[in-house]
Amino acid sequence: MSAAAGAVGRGVPLEAALRARRDAGAKLLVTYMTAGLTEDWVDYLQVMVEAGADAVEVGLPFSDPVMDGPTIQEASVRALARGVTPEAALSALAVREQPVPLVAMTYYNLVLRAGLERFAARAAAAGVTGAIIPDIPLEESGPWEDAAADAGVATVLLAAPVTSDERLAVLCRRSRGFVYGVNLMGVTGERSSLAGSAGVLAKRLKAVTDLPVVMGFGISTPQQAVEAAAAADGVVVASALMRAVLDGASVVELGAAVADIRRALDRG
Amino acid sequence: MTLTGPATVSMGEPSETGRFGDFGGRYVPESLVPACAEVESAFRSAWSDPQFVARYRGLLADYAGRPTPVTECHRLSAELGVRVLLKREDLTHTGSHKINNVIGQGLLTVAMGKKRVIAETGAGQHGVATATAAALLGLDCVIYMGEVDTHRQELNVFRMRLLGAEVVPVRSGSRTLKDAVNEAMRAWVSEVETTHYCIGSVMGPHPFPWMVRELQRVIGDEAREQCRALLGGADPDLVVACVGGGSNAAGTFAGFVGTSARLVGVEAAGGAAVGRGAPGVLHGMRSLLLQDEAGQILEAESISAGLDYPGIGPEHAYLAGTGRAVYADAGDEEVLEALSLLARTEGIIPALEPAHALAWLVRAARDGTVPGGSTVLLTMSGRGDKDAGQVMELIGDRLDARLAAKS
Ligand SMILES: Cc1ncc(COP(=O)(O)O)c(C=O)c1O
Repeated sequence: MSAAAGAVGRGVPLEAALRARRDAGAKLLVTYMTAGLTEDWVDYLQVMVEAGADAVEVGLPFSDPVMDGPTIQEASVRALARGVTPEAALSALAVREQPVPLVAMTYYNLVLRAGLERFAARAAAAGVTGAIIPDIPLEESGPWEDAAADAGVATVLLAAPVTSDERLAVLCRRSRGFVYGVNLMGVTGERSSLAGSAGVLAKRLKAVTDLPVVMGFGISTPQQAVEAAAAADGVVVASALMRAVLDGASVVELGAAVADIRRALDRG
Repeated sequence: MTLTGPATVSMGEPSETGRFGDFGGRYVPESLVPACAEVESAFRSAWSDPQFVARYRGLLADYAGRPTPVTECHRLSAELGVRVLLKREDLTHTGSHKINNVIGQGLLTVAMGKKRVIAETGAGQHGVATATAAALLGLDCVIYMGEVDTHRQELNVFRMRLLGAEVVPVRSGSRTLKDAVNEAMRAWVSEVETTHYCIGSVMGPHPFPWMVRELQRVIGDEAREQCRALLGGADPDLVVACVGGGSNAAGTFAGFVGTSARLVGVEAAGGAAVGRGAPGVLHGMRSLLLQDEAGQILEAESISAGLDYPGIGPEHAYLAGTGRAVYADAGDEEVLEALSLLARTEGIIPALEPAHALAWLVRAARDGTVPGGSTVLLTMSGRGDKDAGQVMELIGDRLDARLAAKS
């Protein structure tokens, strides 16, 4: 597949970038940043990239985040209280070009309210090349996938431990950019250990797709990142980083936390 | 407002994707897709299984006290100039229509081989009903309730605990019903193997809006026949019910949608999803929702915890769009007046939720929207005991003044 397929925005194409890193032998690190969490949230995003994130998920906060646990709920509430809107968040992203792909992570109502085409076009114009919308399963996501593809935005689909083999095959066929493996039955949030279901799902995904397979939910430490990445191509680390920012970590400190995970993944 | 609409709309099964027109669907995370599919297939087979239906009907009769009567309100009718009939869901065990739904979903939980139920609650009525069904059927039960509502409805919290349920106060978001739903859905994702989520109204992902309406249609099916017996074979001119998520209204309307009766749903003015909402996706469904320009969900505001919901069941959004049912709203003040009026004229203290339906009727009868002499069936969805403390705080002074003026 051509690296630039469908790319009409100015961001870094998601799938091509992740494939290139994987093919070079790296484990993928995708980090997460809640848009608008602090005044200088783009600086946090920037330091994640500098510390070795291969892509960054940008959370556009929603009032009712049903797939998120206490940490991202708290981050969303705080960002919303600061008055962030999807529009303002995307405008802030557009100001600074990033050398890695940006992936919008949000809930469907914000997309619907803006209009599918309009939302996709705005995201692309801000340099976003991927989207994760956890409350639209296969049966409902078709219209968004089409609108996103037209704008050059890859729709990343999520697979769960309870997803049947049959659904897994369809999901891997339709997912763009990468496939997001949900480690556990539950919501986002730090966990003291990696769920046993993570490795099983990673193996099932790797067996049916050549797309990068990235595992997420509950990965809280560099050690857990290494474990979760073992059977997959990489990991998403979200709540643990947002916990640090909520607890007052500076931009430099957050960069150090991401660098720790990067180093652990590179050591293997 | 006009009250006419085509009589050609039916309340049958939704489409294969769970849609009523453009509304409904199944907007849930991948983790919950198999569970929703399981509930759908289990309900489909249960609802066509004569043994299951007989158990459900048997418990509604012997345990919940059905059929509930239709009461003609002579003194209120004289006051309003319209003939008012009440469908008395307030007389069921636990004091509201919520029992019809939970007995059905409780039996379904057993049929699916699960041993635990979770539920959200606003006023606490659905929580109490779920805890009741869980006790009856030997199921573990956890109820999610907004922290604000746990204070507004302290007595119901105690009732649930007395019935053996655990009550979890929800401290996220606005700490009311919508947040209780969020928290119950989050919990369901991690407990879905062992646990059924007993949704309390005609909302949520497919099959819930359809299933809960089917479990509540007993209200309308009974009422239609009771009205015909009372009215010499005729149907009422108007059928009115309050709408939070819309389960008592959907159950009532299901019995009358095929008649010439005009259907009216009454929302709380501070939670009027039809009047002030826009299409959107929340809690697994596409429906009408109170939301801002960006799509953030707004908090509903009402004295009635049971109507404090920023959305409405998808079938109501559909019925509103077709014009087969119309949706109005009532404000806090007129609701309190209507509540007192029914208490004084008929000796029936309604819950705050159905007092909204009554408040609209009082206004509509007085301003001629409902022509004099019309016959109206109104669903009295619950009794006022749970609200007595709150109502005392709100209008106790006014009552004292009224009594003082009399003596
Ligand atoms: C007595 C009563 N009526 C009505 C409602 C609103 O629910 P629905 O619109 O689903 O009937 C409630 C909810 O708690 C209630 O307790």
